[in-house]
Amino acid sequence: MNIFVLMKRTFDTEEKISIANGKINEEGAEFIINPYDEYAIEEAIQVRDQHGGEVTVVTVGNEEAEKELRTALAMGCDKAVLINIDDDVEEQDQHTVAKVLAEYLKDKNPDLILAGNVAIDGGSGQVGPRVAELLGIPYVTTITKLEIADGGKVTVVRDVEGDEEIIETSLPLLVTAQQGLNEPRYPSLPGIMKAKKKPLDELELDDLDLDEDDVEAKTKTIEVFLPPKREAGKILQGELADQVKELVHLLRSEAKVV
Amino acid sequence: MAKTIEEAIKGGSFLIEDIPAERVFTPEDFTDEHQMIAKTTEEYVNNEVLPQLEHLENHEFDRSVKLLRKAGELGLLSADIPEEYGGLGLDKVSSAIIAEKMAPAGGFAISHGAHVGIGSLPIVLFGTEEQKQKYLPYLATGEKIAAYALTEPGSGSDALGAKTTAKLNAEGTHYILNGEKQWITNSGFADVFVVYAKVDGQHFTAFIVERDFPGVSTGPEEKKMGIKSSSTRTLILQDVPVPKENVLGEIGKGHVIAFNILNIGRYKLGLGAVGGAKRAFEITVKYANQRQQFKRPISQFTLTQEKLATMASRLYAAESSVYRTVGLFDERMGLLDAEKAKDGKEVAKSIAEYAIECSLNKFFATEVLDYIVDEGVQIHGGYGFMQEYEIERAYRDSRINRIFEGTNEINRLLVPGMYLKKAVKGELPLFQKAQQLQEELMMMAAEEPGSGALEQEKYLVRQAKKVALMVAGLAAQKYGQRIEEEQEVLVNIADIVSNVYAMESALLRTEKAIQASGEEKNKQKVLYTQIFCQEAFNEIEAHAKETLVAVEQGDTLRMMLAALRRLTRHTPINVIAKKRETAAALIEAERYVV
Repeated sequence: MNIFVLMKRTFDTEEKISIANGKINEEGAEFIINPYDEYAIEEAIQVRDQHGGEVTVVTVGNEEAEKELRTALAMGCDKAVLINIDDDVEEQDQHTVAKVLAEYLKDKNPDLILAGNVAIDGGSGQVGPRVAELLGIPYVTTITKLEIADGGKVTVVRDVEGDEEIIETSLPLLVTAQQGLNEPRYPSLPGIMKAKKKPLDELELDDLDLDEDDVEAKTKTIEVFLPPKREAGKILQGELADQVKELVHLLRSEAKVV
Repeated sequence: MAKTIEEAIKGGSFLIEDIPAERVFTPEDFTDEHQMIAKTTEEYVNNEVLPQLEHLENHEFDRSVKLLRKAGELGLLSADIPEEYGGLGLDKVSSAIIAEKMAPAGGFAISHGAHVGIGSLPIVLFGTEEQKQKYLPYLATGEKIAAYALTEPGSGSDALGAKTTAKLNAEGTHYILNGEKQWITNSGFADVFVVYAKVDGQHFTAFIVERDFPGVSTGPEEKKMGIKSSSTRTLILQDVPVPKENVLGEIGKGHVIAFNILNIGRYKLGLGAVGGAKRAFEITVKYANQRQQFKRPISQFTLTQEKLATMASRLYAAESSVYRTVGLFDERMGLLDAEKAKDGKEVAKSIAEYAIECSLNKFFATEVLDYIVDEGVQIHGGYGFMQEYEIERAYRDSRINRIFEGTNEINRLLVPGMYLKKAVKGELPLFQKAQQLQEELMMMAAEEPGSGALEQEKYLVRQAKKVALMVAGLAAQKYGQRIEEEQEVLVNIADIVSNVYAMESALLRTEKAIQASGEEKNKQKVLYTQIFCQEAFNEIEAHAKETLVAVEQGDTLRMMLAALRRLTRHTPINVIAKKRETAAALIEAERYVV
């Protein structure tokens, strides 16, 4: 089976976010594989181990992402591809990334593509479905179970806000992983040493016959700001009626929500 | 980098030679693989071990065995075992990282360390081909667990005074072992013990003893102050027949194995101390941010900041020192030709070359850890005295580190002796350098530090080396061979040497980082280096003065004190201000950051 995993390098979940020059400051921050993509990687490895084939992990990013690709290889993926568009594309969004990935995947005959259901940084959850759309294949998001029968029939359990939905579909297919799909392994030391020798290819826009115009961002980020600092709470006192008055007053003047 | 073994840095040479920053190995030099190994070990500890730690602390050791097997599956037991025997044969930096990152697991880290280190390494380094094939593949997976049995009720620091005996049987097939070993880590569940006994009551020899051999038993679990999640019992040997194929190394040469294994045990303890200290620091700074008194987090008080900055700067010095040392091993081993690289004795020699550094790391890093857990409890206040808080366990777990693998006192006493031996053998030109210094002192005009970045610290390191040489040279001249009886002087010298190594290690690491990525990105490292160098230099000055006063009298003493004043003359930095600056980044990050 020809399996692909779409992976994103994100901030470590324990990292504190700060803003510098209108952008999120990446200086000195720790990065990880997007946790939902880790479920995707684990599932891909399990499917391969059961059905045979090969797992290729793909990311769109800069050379810094090599480290996360190596980690995916150390977990057990067979090949890694880094599509480095940093030099060519100034502003990128979900459209950019989806377009680049779809262009890469279109002649690879993928049987199964897995991605995280959402990246913990941007949080759009769009890239996976957009790629499927561009490739013209079915997709199922936020899955918690995946079963592939020998004939190619696929049964998927989907998390729907805490409820479950069971869907039958067929390959080729794209799915996005939700927490609970599996328990991602950590790379073993033999895996880490083997990963050094596994292929990691780097591609640029040119290699995909894409121009900058084809992938130009379709959205624009106007402003990036941190949530307001949480202030200590206030406890109103006095007669009930006065308290209500005071509360309404504060909601108008201070919180400005009514 | 050195290209031949002759060019490799000589053990102990830091005291009389200066090396450029690019020659030291630093944590900034970790490869991607090293970082992945670090992460896997951390995840293993956080996800597998820590959730079970309370059970382990209650001596549910079947869990320890399972956890060690799981570690085996991940490759965390095989770093030092060659590939031919089912291991991974990784570099020493990799196994150092595992030792460091395992440390937050407390007593379980001691179980792990005893298995992969003192338990398995004697066979890795000194075993015969048959012994290696028979035991190592199982030690690599954790199917068999190893332990090391040297200490006896009557022989601790005086290890060679062991009373356990071995006698060849009439058939000449087995040695019959009798005796009792004490405080044996992993003894509750270990399958293989490396046991030291005296053949015919004379020849100190190592044996591989299996738990299933007749006559092997263990005593009850000891009730310890800390590291309760490791098993510690006596090992009782009653007429145990050990096949003569299980003699490890040569008859009567057990001390060679014991001393080499001690070297390794010592630097690994240094690494464990660094790992434990990072964890203790992290929980402490988090607590300081949470705990409110007088309507503000206690981390906002400058005295808390002073403590945090001191802790972190010492931690930086310890971390820089231990990884510098591990880098020395790897460089030297990398220069061995293929055949020698496979010979365990040669590998052991590459480590023994740096026996001085091993001892220095052992006592310096374990005392940094003890200082950090102590201040950690202090910052936690009354809560730090309560068992619900992790720092309470960290405090108890830390204490043993100053005692085992040679007490810190023994390790201090060893340092001047090892130097003297190297000087006598002509391995290090210590006498010539001391002579040179004396001449220099007579005519020396006081030197001034330059004004660039780290110039003051470079100056302090240079001067500290001279002070060390002056004090050690004087003591050696005065006492000659009798110096062994002057333990207070020896210990002072060791403390001076230790501070020199730590200062220089921090300094060279910071210099190397600045060369790679500039001063702006290495502000925290510069601050640690400045603080540590200043405080260590003050200690050096005090130790030197105390020693001179003990060794000399009258006019000679006055002359020596004047020389010391000249050597130590400098304008101190404002440590209080530097510490406030240092603490800001630590409080923000809520962990030790460089």
